[in-house]
Amino acid sequence: MKKRYKFVVDCANCAAKVEAAVKKIDGVNDATVNFMAQKLVLDADDARFDEILKEVEAVAKKVEPDCELFV
Amino acid sequence: MNDLTKKQKKMLRRILLSAVLLVLVKVLCGLEVLPEHGLLTALCYLAPYAVIGWDVLYKAVRNILGGQVFDENFLMALATVGAFATAEYAEAVFVMLFYQVGELFQDYAVGKSRQSIAALMDIRPDTANLETEDGETEEVDPEDVEVGAVIVVKPGERVPLDGTVLTGESSLDTAALTGESVPRDVGVGDDVISGCVNQTGVLRIRVTRPCEESTVSKILDLVENASEKKSTSENFITRFARYYTPCVVVAAAALFLVPTVLLALGAPLGFLNGTVWTDWLHRALIFLVISCPCALVISVPLSFFGGIGGASKCGILVKGSNYLEALAKTETIIFDKTGTLTKGTFTVTAVHPEEGFTQEQVLESAALAEQYSDHPISVSLRKACGLKPDAARVADVEEIAGHGVCAKVDGRTVCVGNSRLMERQNVNWLPCELPGTIVHVTVDGFYAGHIVISDLPKEDAKDAIADLKASGVKKTVMLTGDAEAVAKSVAAELGVDEYHAELLPADKVDWAERILSAKQPEARVAFVGDGINDAPVLSRADIGIAMGALGSDAAIEAADIVLMDDKPSKIATAMRISRKTLRIVKQNIWFALGVKGAVLVLGAFGVATMWEAVFADVGVAFIAILNAMRCLRVEEFRK
Repeated sequence: MKKRYKFVVDCANCAAKVEAAVKKIDGVNDATVNFMAQKLVLDADDARFDEILKEVEAVAKKVEPDCELFV
Repeated sequence: MNDLTKKQKKMLRRILLSAVLLVLVKVLCGLEVLPEHGLLTALCYLAPYAVIGWDVLYKAVRNILGGQVFDENFLMALATVGAFATAEYAEAVFVMLFYQVGELFQDYAVGKSRQSIAALMDIRPDTANLETEDGETEEVDPEDVEVGAVIVVKPGERVPLDGTVLTGESSLDTAALTGESVPRDVGVGDDVISGCVNQTGVLRIRVTRPCEESTVSKILDLVENASEKKSTSENFITRFARYYTPCVVVAAAALFLVPTVLLALGAPLGFLNGTVWTDWLHRALIFLVISCPCALVISVPLSFFGGIGGASKCGILVKGSNYLEALAKTETIIFDKTGTLTKGTFTVTAVHPEEGFTQEQVLESAALAEQYSDHPISVSLRKACGLKPDAARVADVEEIAGHGVCAKVDGRTVCVGNSRLMERQNVNWLPCELPGTIVHVTVDGFYAGHIVISDLPKEDAKDAIADLKASGVKKTVMLTGDAEAVAKSVAAELGVDEYHAELLPADKVDWAERILSAKQPEARVAFVGDGINDAPVLSRADIGIAMGALGSDAAIEAADIVLMDDKPSKIATAMRISRKTLRIVKQNIWFALGVKGAVLVLGAFGVATMWEAVFADVGVAFIAILNAMRCLRVEEFRK
C-alpha cells in the first residue's frame, strides 16, 4: 500500500536523512521524502501498515526532532 | 517583508537584537571601556551569542543525545564554542549571527519558491454553483457534486468540474492548463474541462466526472508528485552529502590533532614554524563551518522543482525530475504521424478537373452527391465546397460500400468514389501525382476529374522539427500506418530524417526497439504520440511524450511528459526548459563544491578566516537558491 502524508521538515539535508532512515525500517518497501512539496510517501506492507507508520514517525523524530508528520 | 511567517519574524527580531548587542559590545571594546580579553569581555559577548545561538546549542545537545553526530547544529555549535574557547569572541558571535541570517534567507527563499509554484497551481476552484431542482443555484464544495448533477458557471469563473455543456455558449480561456492564449469556443454538447476560465457567456454544465477524477485534480496531483521521481543528479548529491560531512569533520580533527601533537613533541617541521596549537584549532573550526552540506542538498531539488513548475506554466506536464533530466539528453525523437505531426483530419488539397469541367463544378457535384454521408472524406468535401446541403437538388442516392456514391444531382448522374468505382463503371480514370486519398468524379458516365484529399501537417510542425534540430536533437523519425507515398511527402515537407510507413501498431514497437538498441548508451530516445493507440511505444521509449492530452486520460496515464495542447513545437520548448534546468543544476553543484573546496584549502593553510567559511556555507547556499529560482522563469520560452 502506498500513501502520502504531509511532512513538515526544515532543511533539505534533514529530509534526505529521514528518507534514508525510513527506508531501512523493516516492512517498508519504499519511502520518499519530498522536501519541496513537504510530503512523505510511504510504501509499506498492507498488513502491518499502521504499525509501520508509527515506527516511521518515531524514526523520523529521532533523526530530525524538528520534523512533523501529519497522519 | 510582510510575507514572513511568524517563525521567520521571530528569527528576524533575534538577529536584529543580537546584532545591536554585538555592535554595542564591540564599540565598548573600541572605546576601551572593556578590556580586549578577559572574563568580563567574554561575558559581555556571551549576551548576543546567547540571543542568536541558544536554539542551535540546544538542538546540538539534543541531537547528539539522539545519536546524530554530523548534524548541522552540532557543527555550528562546536565551531563557535571553539572560537569562544580560543578567545575569538566577536568572531564566534559573528559566525553564529551569519549562520542564522543565512538560514533565514534560505527558509524565506524556499518558502517563496514553493509559494510561486503553489500559485501557479491555483487552478482548482473551491466552490461550484450547483443547480437545485427548483432552478436555484447553491454554492457547494466541488467534492460534493455528484456525476450527472448540473452546475452553472458564470463569466469570469473557473470551471470546477469536467462536464458537457447543456445550455449556453462561451469561449474558454485554457491558458492555465495549456499555456495557450487563444480561447477555445464551446457550445451546447461540447465537453468542457475543469480549470478553464469561462470568459463570455453563462454555461450550464452536466458533470461527467467526480471531483477527484477531474482533469484539474489529475494535473495537480501529477505536478505535486513529480519531484518524487528523483533525478540522478539529485541522488548523487544526497549520496555525496552523506560522505562529505563526516570526511570534512575527520579532516578537521586531523588538522587540529596532528600539528598539535607534533608541536608538543617539538618536531622541527617547516609548516609548524610560528604557529601555536590554538592556530590549528582555529583552522579546524573553519573546516567545521564549511562541512555543512545544506547548500548542495537544497539547490538541486529546488532547481528541478522550479523547472517542473515552469514547464507546467507552458502547458507541459513533466511527471518526474528524472524525465526532465532525460529530456536534456534526448538525441532521437520518434514521431507518430497522424494527429501528432499532422492534424488528423482530412482536407481537400487539390481539384483536378478534366476538359469541359471547372474545379467548382467537380467539387460541387461531389459534395452534393455525398451530402448524406458522415464519412470523414464526405465531410471534408462539403467543408471545401462551402455549400449548404440541398435535398431538392439531389435524388436517388445509392451508396456502394467500399467504392463510393452514385446520385442524381440536378438531373445528371454523378458518381463519386475511388478507382474501384471507376473500374466498375468502365470509365477511364487518371492517376494523380499528388499524395493523399484520390476521389474520382464522373458526370453522366464521363470522367469529370478527381479531388485530392489529404491530412495536412500542423502549422507549426515544420518549424518544430527545425527547432528540435537547432536545440540538439540529432535524428527525427516518423512512424505511420499510412501509405508509403503519403509518408514520403509528409516527411520531405517537414524535414524529418527518416520515415517508416505502412506499419501496424506492433511494427511501431519493433521500430522503436530497433532505434533504442542502436543508440549511444548515454543518449535518450523520446517517442511523441497522441496516446490513443500508441501506448505500448509510449511506455517502451526512454521518454514517452503524449500530446493533445487535454481531456484524454489515457494519454496522461501512459506518458512521462504530457503536452496539454497539440502543438509539436512544445517539444522543443520542453527541451529548452530541461536544458536550462540541468545547466542551473550543474552550475550550482560546481559552484558550491568549488567554493567549499577552495575555502577548505585556504583554511588549511591559515589564509581563510571564519568569514570566508561562513560565506562558503550560507552565502553559497543563498546564491545557489537564487540561481535555482531562475528555473521557474519561462517567459522567454512562451511566444
